[in-house]
Amino acid sequence: MDSTVASTGTEERTWGGGNKPLKASYGKLMMWFFIVSDALTFSGFLAAYGFSRFKFIKEWPIADEVFTHVPFLHGQELPMIYVAFMTFILIMSSVTMVLAVDAGHHMNKAKVTLYMFLTIIGGAIFVGSQAWEWATFIQGDYGAVQTKGGNILQFGEYVTVNGKEKFKRISIDEFAVTNPTERSQHGRNNGLWYVTEQTLPPYTVNEIYEGLAANENILVRNQIINEEGEKTVLSREESLKQIKDNGKLVVKGANLQVNEYGTALFADFFFFITGFHGFHVFSGVVINIIIFFNVILGTYERRGSYEMVEKVGLYWHFVDLVWVFVFTFFYLV
Amino acid sequence: MAHEHKLEIFRGRLKFKSNTQKIWGVLILLTIVTAVEVILGIYKPDLLMHTWINPIEGGFFATLANIILSPFVYMKPLNLIFIVLTIVKAYYITWDFMHMRDETKALRRMVVWTAVFLICYLIFILLQEGGYVFEVYNADDAIIKRDF
Repeated sequence: MDSTVASTGTEERTWGGGNKPLKASYGKLMMWFFIVSDALTFSGFLAAYGFSRFKFIKEWPIADEVFTHVPFLHGQELPMIYVAFMTFILIMSSVTMVLAVDAGHHMNKAKVTLYMFLTIIGGAIFVGSQAWEWATFIQGDYGAVQTKGGNILQFGEYVTVNGKEKFKRISIDEFAVTNPTERSQHGRNNGLWYVTEQTLPPYTVNEIYEGLAANENILVRNQIINEEGEKTVLSREESLKQIKDNGKLVVKGANLQVNEYGTALFADFFFFITGFHGFHVFSGVVINIIIFFNVILGTYERRGSYEMVEKVGLYWHFVDLVWVFVFTFFYLV
Repeated sequence: MAHEHKLEIFRGRLKFKSNTQKIWGVLILLTIVTAVEVILGIYKPDLLMHTWINPIEGGFFATLANIILSPFVYMKPLNLIFIVLTIVKAYYITWDFMHMRDETKALRRMVVWTAVFLICYLIFILLQEGGYVFEVYNADDAIIKRDF
C-alpha cells in the first residue's frame, strides 16, 4: 500500500488517515456494499412478484401442483422434494465454502483447495438442477385450454383414493380426438419469406371439445381458488359450455406468453427471478473456479493471506441467502 | 493474521469448541429448519390453513389493531411460520457463514439496518398497492371483466 498511497505523516491522529474504525479491509467492505445493493435488487423482484400475486390473489397457481416432478421418478406427484434437495445442496456448498475460508485463516492450502473444489461441484449441481426444473416447467405435463379472456381451464376427473374423493388431473393427450387438419405451420419456405410462425399447439380447441364431449367423466376446473384453498371444479354442463364458448387456444407447458398452470405472470416471474438467481449462481461458480486456480497456483500463499477466498465466500453465501427467500416465496407460501 | 471468532449461538446458550464445529452445528440447525418447512409444506395441517383472528370491526382503533396485528389477521398461520423460519435461516447464514457476528457493530448496522429498512418499506408499498388493485378488479361495481 505504501507504494500507492501518499503518507501524510499524521497517521497516529484520529482523522490523520490510517484509522480503520470498521476493522475490515477495503475489498471486504465493498463486497458488503455490493451485497446490500444486490439484495435490494432481488427484493425489488420478489416484492413485484408479491404485488402481482396480491393483484390476482384469488386465482394464482398453487405451487404444489406446478412443481411436482423429481428426476427418474416419472408420473409420481412429489411436490417440493426436488426443491428441498436443491436447497440442501446450496446450503451444503455454503458450508464447504465457509470451511474453505476457515482453512484459509489457518493458511492450509491443501484444505482450501479441497473445500473450494467441493463448493464448485455443489454450485454446478444446483445450476444443473435448475436447468432441469426449467425444462420440466417449459415442457408442461397436463396441458390446458386458454380462454378469450386469458384464463386457463384445466381437465380432470373425480377419483376415490383411500376412501376420499379427489380431483385427479387428466392430460389432454388422453382424451383429445385428432381430426385431419389443413392448418400447417407457416414457415419461410411455404409462405411469405420474411414471416415465420411459432410452433402450432398440439391440438385445436375443437378437438379438445369433441374429446371432452365423448368422455362423460371429465370435468373442467378454472383458476378461481375456493374456500378450501383448491381450484374450482365446474359441473359437466358448465365444463362443456366454457370450452365451447370461451376456449381459444390449447396450451401445453409454459413460456413468456402462455402458461398451462395459470396466469402467464406466474411463469414470467418464475423465469425472471429464478433465472436471475441462476445467473448469480453461474457467475459465482465461474468466480469460484478462478479463485480455485489461484489457490492451486499458490497466489494467496505468496500474498500471505487468503482474504480473496473470504470475499468470494461472502458472494457465495449471499447467493444461498437469496435462494432461501426465493424458495419460501415461490414454493412454500 | 489473527482471526477471532465468536463461538456461541442462541445468545450464549450453545457454545462450540472451534469455528469448524460451529459451522457444522449451524448446518444441522439450517437442515432441521428446512426439513420442518418442507414437511409443513407437504402435509399442510388444517389447523394452520385458516387465519386465527378475523379482522376487527369498528372505528379507528379497530383499524389500528388490524394494522398492528396484520400478520395474524390477514395471513394464514402456515405462511407466517414459513416467513419466520426463512428469516431465522437468513439470520444464521449471515451471522455465522458470512461472519457478521465477528464484524464491528458499525459495519453490522450499516449493512443490516439499511437493507432491512428499505426492503420493509418496499414490501409494504407494493403489497398495499397490489391489494388495492385487487379491490378495484373485484369490487361489485368493477368495470373490468376478466371471466370470459
